[in-house]
Amino acid sequence: MGILEVKDVNKRFGGLQALGDVNLSVAENTVHAIIGPNGAGKSTLLNCLVGKLIPDTGSVMFAGQSVLGRKPYEINQMGISRVFQTPEIFGDLSVLENMMIPVLAKRDGAFKLRAIENVQDEGELLAEAEQMLDEVKMLDKRHMHAASMSRGDKRRLEMAMCLIQRPKLLLLDEPTAGMARADTNNTIALLKEIKEKRDITMCIIEHDMHVVFSLADRITVLAQGTPLVEDTPERIKGHPKVKEAYLGEAA
Amino acid sequence: MLGIKGKDLSVFLLVAMLALLAPFLLNPFPVDSAMAQFNAGYPDLMQRFVIFGIFAIGFNILFGLTGYLSFGHAAFLGVGSYAAIWMMKLVSLNIIPGIIMAIIFAALFSVVVGYISLRRSGIYFSILTLAFAQMSYALAYSVLTPITGGETGLQIKPGDDPLLSNLAEGEIGRANLFGLEMGDSAILRAGGWEFTMNVGYYVCALVMLVAFYLAIRIFRSPFGMMLRAVKSNQQRMNYTGLNSRPYTLAAFVISGMYAGLAGGLMVAMDTQVGPERMFWTASGEVVLMTILGGAGTLIGPVLGAGFIKYMENIVSKINSTVLHEWFAFLPDGMEDFLVTIFYPFVGKGWHLTLGLMFMAVVIFLPGGLVEGGQRIASIFRRGKKSGAGDESAKQETPAE
Ligand SMILES: Nc1ncnc2c1ncn2[C@@H]1O[C@H](COP(=O)(O)OP(=O)(O)OP(=O)(O)O)[C@@H](O)[C@H]1O
Ligand SMILES: [Mg+2]
Repeated sequence: MGILEVKDVNKRFGGLQALGDVNLSVAENTVHAIIGPNGAGKSTLLNCLVGKLIPDTGSVMFAGQSVLGRKPYEINQMGISRVFQTPEIFGDLSVLENMMIPVLAKRDGAFKLRAIENVQDEGELLAEAEQMLDEVKMLDKRHMHAASMSRGDKRRLEMAMCLIQRPKLLLLDEPTAGMARADTNNTIALLKEIKEKRDITMCIIEHDMHVVFSLADRITVLAQGTPLVEDTPERIKGHPKVKEAYLGEAA
Repeated sequence: MLGIKGKDLSVFLLVAMLALLAPFLLNPFPVDSAMAQFNAGYPDLMQRFVIFGIFAIGFNILFGLTGYLSFGHAAFLGVGSYAAIWMMKLVSLNIIPGIIMAIIFAALFSVVVGYISLRRSGIYFSILTLAFAQMSYALAYSVLTPITGGETGLQIKPGDDPLLSNLAEGEIGRANLFGLEMGDSAILRAGGWEFTMNVGYYVCALVMLVAFYLAIRIFRSPFGMMLRAVKSNQQRMNYTGLNSRPYTLAAFVISGMYAGLAGGLMVAMDTQVGPERMFWTASGEVVLMTILGGAGTLIGPVLGAGFIKYMENIVSKINSTVLHEWFAFLPDGMEDFLVTIFYPFVGKGWHLTLGLMFMAVVIFLPGGLVEGGQRIASIFRRGKKSGAGDESAKQETPAE
């Protein structure tokens, strides 16, 4: 049994079958890539995992518990963090404050009224946040207004915000889109390092095949809302069906 | 000091100084001079400055931090006022129990209104709060007359005999703080100047300083940071394991309690209340104060409140006779011409001046008067030493 079990999930938007009988099993402490052409339903699938969408039918189990019917914040508290396709950060806050929010959420839970304490007195948490920023090489930007950064930096910040939560399952929706080559390589290196150091499972959606083949243990190819094949990277590379549906098109 | 430091402490000390010295600062002109009508240092007005300051400080915790624009906060002020006057009529002429009750009742009412209104955001939230406030106003006017006194409102009357205050037969009770009457004043005369130090004003000022201090603590707390997160990106918040609803509700209730406190103080200063206190224009006024001063800044709402109350009470008193006096030194034709030009902007026309100023601020200074102050300060700083890179970098973080 994998840590994430998706069974017979269907999702329709009006006449469009965005997901059709999706089955997916992600083993603990592996990196599972989901690839497929634009509009294949990759983001929709993630939306069903984090409570943004509720599938029409099917079940989604995480660590033996169903996520369906739970609110996004409850699902996050179960141990699932997500990096979105378009960066979702706190644009009005500084980079360091962006990091403080997940750290506080980890310590204080979904809601706690700490209205008199000063954030500046949270020495340990601040140190933790700065250390994570250092790991993603953004420490020098900690006082910057988050909205004023480049798209690639926003993405890295969002990833750091997710990583600092120490999630059991990290969902990454095109984490390197909009990044310069050097930053992409840094991101690959960072994710590899995290994977070795921690007990973490990752589900990564990516169009950049270099990233996919550098990180993934298994790959699922999604086309028109249905998984085409699921296999190891080596075998996916040579798979005729995949070449036809996806790689051939991209090349 | 007191758990606040740096810029926050300076801002707090500045407000404290202004509040304590207000009777002097606001009366800069000798009593007999032509400018005496610009003196704002009389107890009534000074009390209003700080009471509306409290109202706006609280409103800013909701609107400035979370971005939720309530159009019904006057309802909490009204509820607080009614609670306070009943305490004074029935229990004690000491203002403390009245003010405590005002806060409690405003809190209870804002829990209900907030719980329902916060199911929506944006314009729908604003409309829901407005609906609640107008409903309260209409009810206070009509069916709730037994509790609210309807159109005439409530006031302390001969025959009101509060349980804990020993009034002589036929004596009309007066609000006090452990015997110190709110209406008492000491008048200081120096040369042509006159300064009124009023007990009620200083009580209000102290309460305002406590309220302001708590607001600073809230702004700098983890809770305050969560509220700014609500404004910035609720989606990210929810996917970071945080439930944004109770955070917003807490902010709503806290700001409702500030409004209740302001309502209670109003009654403590002037022992009467009527439903017009809950009319929608009163809710709109606190929005204007906050935006004019600078929403989301610490000192902005206080400035905004002072500014609007000054306009309302001072600019509105300039009439055509006064204008003629001012321009009397000019040739007659010129004088009449200038008076005709200025007349629409003063006296009853003060709303026009306020409206124009409000538009100018919103268009040119979206950060309110505080932003104006910062810009002026930075011009001066640049003038002094052009290479102050460190300081201008600090400027960037929205500090106040
Ligand atoms: N909320 C929605 N309402 C209606 N249609 C939607 C919604 N979300 C997605 N879709 C549609 O469902 C299909 C799958 O979308 P999805 O975003 O999952 O694709 P994707 O695989 O992530 O593509 P891309 O690589 O472009 O990100 C698309 O045709 C999209 O237009
Ligand atoms: Mg997508």
